[in-house]
Amino acid sequence: MTFICTPTENLDPAKAVHDFTIAATRPWSHVIKRGQIFRIVDVEGCQAVDTLFYRAGDFSERYSAQDTLLAQGSAYVTTGTRLLSNEGNVMLTVVADSCGRHDTSAGACSCEANTVRFGHHTRYMHACRENFVVEVTKWGMTKRDVVPNINFFMNVPIDPDGRLAIVDGISAPGAHVDMVAEMDVLAVISNCPQVNNPCNGFDPTPVRVLIWDGEAA
Amino acid sequence: MTTTDKAARIEALRQRYLELKAAGDDLAPKALPPLTARDGAPLTSNLVRQREEIPGGWYWTARLARGERLRLVNTQATPGVAVFLWNAADTSERYNSADTMKLQWTAALPRGRVLFSDMGRVLASVVEDTVGAHDSVVGGSTPASNLRRYGDAALRNTQENMRLAASKFGLGKRDLAPVISFFSPVYVKEDGSFGWRDDVLAAGDFVELRAEMDLLVAISNCPHPFSPGAYAPQAIEAVIWQGPSPAGDDICRTATAEAVRGFENTDPLFAGR
Repeated sequence: MTFICTPTENLDPAKAVHDFTIAATRPWSHVIKRGQIFRIVDVEGCQAVDTLFYRAGDFSERYSAQDTLLAQGSAYVTTGTRLLSNEGNVMLTVVADSCGRHDTSAGACSCEANTVRFGHHTRYMHACRENFVVEVTKWGMTKRDVVPNINFFMNVPIDPDGRLAIVDGISAPGAHVDMVAEMDVLAVISNCPQVNNPCNGFDPTPVRVLIWDGEAA
Repeated sequence: MTTTDKAARIEALRQRYLELKAAGDDLAPKALPPLTARDGAPLTSNLVRQREEIPGGWYWTARLARGERLRLVNTQATPGVAVFLWNAADTSERYNSADTMKLQWTAALPRGRVLFSDMGRVLASVVEDTVGAHDSVVGGSTPASNLRRYGDAALRNTQENMRLAASKFGLGKRDLAPVISFFSPVYVKEDGSFGWRDDVLAAGDFVELRAEMDLLVAISNCPHPFSPGAYAPQAIEAVIWQGPSPAGDDICRTATAEAVRGFENTDPLFAGR
């Protein structure tokens, strides 16, 4: 298994136009302008960051996991991956990645899916899709706008026989992924509240998001 | 919480996860039924409600009542038939590719597996299946994939077919999400790239879904974007019929702990019927 890692870019956090730490289990959303650089930092390591993107100005165009995998011909996301919309347009391009492995097949946890996966006693626990719904409703959207997402820093290998499971993440403390926005996008994050699987080591931790204007790079 | 308590809690959660994973990885596949024989499971024709031929490249819609079955017969071994499903009573509930794979610990969805909605409920069961090679990871073709693959973006494709099918139910682009492509032997190689298993598909293959709730169904009969060869979609046959009601020991409902819990979430919707 090859993990493609690229070196950290020389971007100064002090020059970021947006710098926010998303507490463990909490949601966040923000519009990223075309040309801006979007960084997600896995502050303490091994934290899955469930993320969706919508085109600013037309939220019916949104991140498409299948279009992304189809276009790049690979099951995982890393440096060079173009994140595609359901219109086949490039929303963002991954330009740096010190982790090397991100998932976009396994989606986000929900209260309902957790009952199936882990037992009915897990129904009333924080879940990513609850975060997504709360956050997208602020922008006039509803549950029907929540689609299978991308999970930064989450490791979900799929073997040739199809077996698929979430296994321990490989992101070290401070690991980050950088993307350049190719259009104005609304980014929505649920900082994974899941404690039932190893996507965050059963112990959710904060992540940091930074946005730089393009000329900062 | 002390550091020791936290470590103990994490260890307990990890042990529970590993037990569930072992059950999903190792035990569940052994409980699944074998593939249907190509000359097996004949239709009982007097129970057929509708029989349609869907031309190559085209789309089709249907409504299924809970308990009805939809058989897709790949009469000419066309490589890929994409399907999307909604709960007819509330279309915000719909097929969820990620949950369907994650909840069953596998991207392989042969006979015996079920298709989950985003609400932890079962939309449909795969009750018959002569192929056992279906793709929920990559999905269907798009204008861009047809341009890359065949040099022609105007060829009929699944993205547009699904939008057309959705529109016939009064639904739109926002109501669509990743699809499942039957008759699509896609697999993931060790390096993460995709492969296509040759010699898997044969004329006369079929897949049969049993509706586990009242459904709206959209079908796109276009080649899977990774299928080899020229763009040459052939007609398939779709048959809606009333099969037997599931027995208490129905294999799709009982083969895995995940399916059991999925039906525990689904059946109460229909308790009065």
